[in-house]
Amino acid sequence: MSAIRVVELSKSYRVAVKEPGFHGALRHLFQRQHREIRAVRGVSFEVAPGEVVGFLGANGAGKTTTLKMLTGLIRPTSGHAFVAGQVPFERKREFLQNITLVMGQKQQLIWDLPAIDSLLVNAAVYDIPAPEAKARIAALAEMLGVDNQLSQPVRKLSLGERMKCELLAALLHQPQILMLDEPTLGLDVNAQDAMRTFLKDYNRRFGATVLLTSHYMADILALCPRVLLIHEGTLIYDGSLTGLVERFAPYRQIRLDFSEPVAREVLERFGEVESLDGLRAVLIVERSRLTEAVARVLAELKPRDLAVSDPPVEQVVGRLFLEGTQFLEGTQFLEGTGEPP
Amino acid sequence: MIARGVRTARALFRLYLANMLEYRAEIYLWVLASVLPLILLGVWAKAAESGAFSLSKVDFIRYFMAVFVVRQFSFIWVIWEFEELVVTGNLSQQLLMPLNPVWRFVASHITERVVRLPLVLGVVGVGFALYPDAFWLPRATQLLAAAGLLGLAFSVRFLLQYMMSMLAFWSERAAAIEELWFVVYLFLSGLIAPLDVYPEPVRRFTELTPFPYLIYYPVNLLLGRGVPLGRALLVLGAWGSVAWVAQRYLWKRGLERYTAMGN
Repeated sequence: MSAIRVVELSKSYRVAVKEPGFHGALRHLFQRQHREIRAVRGVSFEVAPGEVVGFLGANGAGKTTTLKMLTGLIRPTSGHAFVAGQVPFERKREFLQNITLVMGQKQQLIWDLPAIDSLLVNAAVYDIPAPEAKARIAALAEMLGVDNQLSQPVRKLSLGERMKCELLAALLHQPQILMLDEPTLGLDVNAQDAMRTFLKDYNRRFGATVLLTSHYMADILALCPRVLLIHEGTLIYDGSLTGLVERFAPYRQIRLDFSEPVAREVLERFGEVESLDGLRAVLIVERSRLTEAVARVLAELKPRDLAVSDPPVEQVVGRLFLEGTQFLEGTQFLEGTGEPP
Repeated sequence: MIARGVRTARALFRLYLANMLEYRAEIYLWVLASVLPLILLGVWAKAAESGAFSLSKVDFIRYFMAVFVVRQFSFIWVIWEFEELVVTGNLSQQLLMPLNPVWRFVASHITERVVRLPLVLGVVGVGFALYPDAFWLPRATQLLAAAGLLGLAFSVRFLLQYMMSMLAFWSERAAAIEELWFVVYLFLSGLIAPLDVYPEPVRRFTELTPFPYLIYYPVNLLLGRGVPLGRALLVLGAWGSVAWVAQRYLWKRGLERYTAMGN
């Protein structure tokens, strides 16, 4: 049985539209206008128990809305979701005992008290016997490296320490399904790395299923063999990371070695200059113009060496986030379906 | 299930008591800011000297001292906290746990009373020092009956305000309704004047509302005056039941509208 099964899941919001200024406000008062936002549109996928899946997409693509539906926070407009064998929005105890959602910018620990106080309440709420709770807190604190921070008021902790304590609170009941929304947001490089290592360990040790959104490519590379790509509410890719690059990199890199220096302005005539370092340069060229660009570079610049390659995964996904819609124009169809969704 | 409930209640009580102790300075300022009954005490005591009312000067002083105490233990603020949780999306964290968020509010309200108690007693002590003629000590039975009615009044008032809090799912300014409620409460609860000085038809009308049972009747119990306890239980029970059913309905409908925004 799948840990997560999603069938044609959709969510629409009705939002009020108001024109700016006094006239807009007056008009809005007497003639209210609304617009429907289709945040998630007919998304379907399954995640097997123990799998770690990255959920990618630009801001506003529908990742967080999907996670909110999968954790029972919001009700889907249509479609079905089954998580840990339950319907999330019913929010039954059996469901809540088996899931957790960590949101990078939200906190459950009480600000002015030591984290341990909130953890003891969680232990009671999740019905974890006191000795067992103490053992779990000790084990998780050791894995996260926050043994000495649990008795300090949360407000006195650094952001990284606080996030680790939040994670500890979210995992105390040993949920089988972890959903993480930007879990490394705002953390420094070391703290991000520690968080990734912990999530890997947790997944291995408890066989937990992980669904993760992140804007940090390093999170996805380190943790997720499989990724889901959502664009304007529609799932457009479900497969491996390398497959994602093949499908969604509408450009190539041309690596060039020269015998003598070439000016940036000259290189810019052939494509976007990604880097220029002495006698070495990297150009970014659209896939459709690759043959022409290579021929022109060889004829006009006479490089000592030329190599064409796919851009690195992090660059492709970075562009997906940065350029969003323009980058994906005309490329949307889910692997295996052969037709637009 | 009962064992889990008891353990959760104990854990919540400990947590929120510790939290309220952190905010003790703010709570004490709240106590000092709610001295309206003590101001009214001076006004009514002076007015009573004219002999135009059925209550004497000492009666008025005792009445408003008791109002001050009762009000300290029946003040509810859940609507502001709930509104903030819904508007900011912070309710999500609580919805992820197998515990209805209402229990956290209940725990915070009860523990806040515990922290409030010493200063309330201190203010009462100062009041008696200023008006030694008005000193009285309620009998143990009066105190118990008043505590019981106050407990019930607190629960019904909490339920009524929690029911109104559910409007936060529909409006970002649900707490505004509490302002309207407060105006009616101010006049009909006995907070600004004992109901004894109101015309009879008005008094009879107020007895069908929950308001006099929140202040006036618990105060009368403390003062050792006769209170229609049966009617108090009936009226508070009826209002409490309506609030409970409405709150459950609005909670269910509200969650369907909740957007968990801000994440």
